[in-house]
Amino acid sequence: MGFKETGVLTLEEMMRAGLMPSEERLRKGPVALLECPEQIPCNICVSACPFKSISMDKIYDLPRLDENKCVGCGVCVAKCPGLAIFVVDVSKGDKAYITLPYEFLPRPSKGAKVKLLDREGKIVGEGVIVKAWEYEKTWVVTVEVEKNLWFDVRAIRIEGR
Amino acid sequence: MGDYRIIEHPIIDFKRGRKVSFTYNGKRVEAYEGESILAGLYAAGFRVFATSPQGDRLRGAFCMIGRCSSCLSRVNGIPNTRICIEPVRDGLIVETQKGLPDIPKDSREIVDVVEEIKDVDVLIIGAGPAGSKAAEILGGYGLRVLVATDHFKAGGQLVKQTHKFFGDTTYYGGVRGFKIAEKLVSNLSRNPNVEISTRTFVYGCFKEGFFGAEKIGDPSLHLLIRAKYVIVASGASEKSLLFENNDLPGIMGAGGAQTLMNEYGVKPGEDALVIGSGNVGLIVAYQLLQAGVRVHGIAEVLREIGGWFVHAAKIRRHGVPIFTGHTIVRAEGGDRVEKAVISQVGKDLKPLPGTEKEFNVDLVLLAVGLQPNYSLLSQMGALMKYLPEAGGLIPLRTRYMETSIRNVFVAGDLSGIEEATTAFIEGEIAAYTILEREGFAKAVEERDRILNYLWNEYRQSPVVQRSKEAKLKVTVSEEEMKRLRG
Repeated sequence: MGFKETGVLTLEEMMRAGLMPSEERLRKGPVALLECPEQIPCNICVSACPFKSISMDKIYDLPRLDENKCVGCGVCVAKCPGLAIFVVDVSKGDKAYITLPYEFLPRPSKGAKVKLLDREGKIVGEGVIVKAWEYEKTWVVTVEVEKNLWFDVRAIRIEGR
Repeated sequence: MGDYRIIEHPIIDFKRGRKVSFTYNGKRVEAYEGESILAGLYAAGFRVFATSPQGDRLRGAFCMIGRCSSCLSRVNGIPNTRICIEPVRDGLIVETQKGLPDIPKDSREIVDVVEEIKDVDVLIIGAGPAGSKAAEILGGYGLRVLVATDHFKAGGQLVKQTHKFFGDTTYYGGVRGFKIAEKLVSNLSRNPNVEISTRTFVYGCFKEGFFGAEKIGDPSLHLLIRAKYVIVASGASEKSLLFENNDLPGIMGAGGAQTLMNEYGVKPGEDALVIGSGNVGLIVAYQLLQAGVRVHGIAEVLREIGGWFVHAAKIRRHGVPIFTGHTIVRAEGGDRVEKAVISQVGKDLKPLPGTEKEFNVDLVLLAVGLQPNYSLLSQMGALMKYLPEAGGLIPLRTRYMETSIRNVFVAGDLSGIEEATTAFIEGEIAAYTILEREGFAKAVEERDRILNYLWNEYRQSPVVQRSKEAKLKVTVSEEEMKRLRG
């Protein structure tokens, strides 16, 4: 079963589509993961990136990340209409830092404890918000999680609603 | 009865108008200016609005945009009023109809209707993405444009789209749908060459070259419109699906629920099941979550998810299951749906006995496709082709979007179901073709650039091949169209 049947992207599928940054780049610091495996007609990420690190020739091409130009700033996370971009940082100690888009209530705040959800919405742990900013009603939230969850956590639930 | 209005929403700031009050079957109901009667009633907790013509089945809200006839009511004595597109006002007397209505006798609103003749360069029917975009261009070149919409607000279905649009920034990529509508409508209202006529239903075309339209208002008018060119961009309506009890209140079109929650800020239910996993079904599921509705799942009859992966991923990571290879077999409930039953399907797409799953839901949203609103073009005698993959009867056109009737154009979902970017583009192509005929030399260049982008770039995307193939089947050459016109 592939992502067209499940709605869930696997690491293998990411690699096959050429969307995974190299291991070497991942170890260096925050980098964008463009989880956009279908050739949809959209190029918003290309103009969104302040460092011109995302490119495509035709509007329906898969986005290509120049991993040396990407600094993991997260601007693309806020602007991608498909909410399909995440920034992961596995360069710091035994924690991973995941930056993800968030469009729900309650609004996020630094220091808040959150439930961590994987691509199927299963709770895989708890994390803490270390950074949150908003652009056009999309919050860009960075959570600190256990390092082994760096490829699993793709959403958060903030309790209290 | 409570108030089902959404106060806080992650994306939309609901700005409500002045409080007004009206009576519904003798009871006083409060609502806010800017709401439709039905939205106001739904917010107050009403869920049943009419009956079947025979009077034996209850009718809830379905389309919410004046198409499906399931909310026909008597308003100030006028029967068969579609209360989903009738704005609330102070002092209205609204009553439910049981079955077919009587002919009104002494209504205080029946007066001699004033007739008005209008001469314009271009009549555009529909104020959604296709019609608005065409009007913006034509008005910009100084042509006198009349945009007619039967809704009391312009913007078409953009007004209920809360996600950031895909595509290219040229066509508002990255901007939320309702923001695009605000921008387009404000551009149009600032252009002195463009008149937007709301609550205006263009019902037909006469031999003498006039279009007849009823403009409801104070006073109501009968318009006779003469135009050199016409663009019909009347959009599409949501389809229903055949299953037991498919008419129970609480079973509505996905777009109907979007109108309630995203346009009026009214929560459509507490627990939902969505049928169909095309982009509409996937997007509405996400929007339901944002509105605080629990989404129990999406049933998709095919083995694959119909819509784009990114939309599916957005709801999957919030725990919404997608049941591929499943269809709805029945709904249960009294005066509202209380339970929905889905079942696996076999290779023939028929339900397999013994595989049922039950969901306790008060909302079942149908996202199973759209039917183009072709009736005006059909009355005018435009040639059509039946294409189920594009939504049904689709008008034949040239690549310049001209129908089999000279100087009558088509754009947007009426020309075959697609999405907003192509609706903008088709509106542009029609507009530039009109400008070419009006002698604007630069128009051809613009149009050819856009045509090239549409066919040689945008529609080359593998995910839009189905709609591209369908559009090709209804696009004929200039020569062929000449021959067809006879």
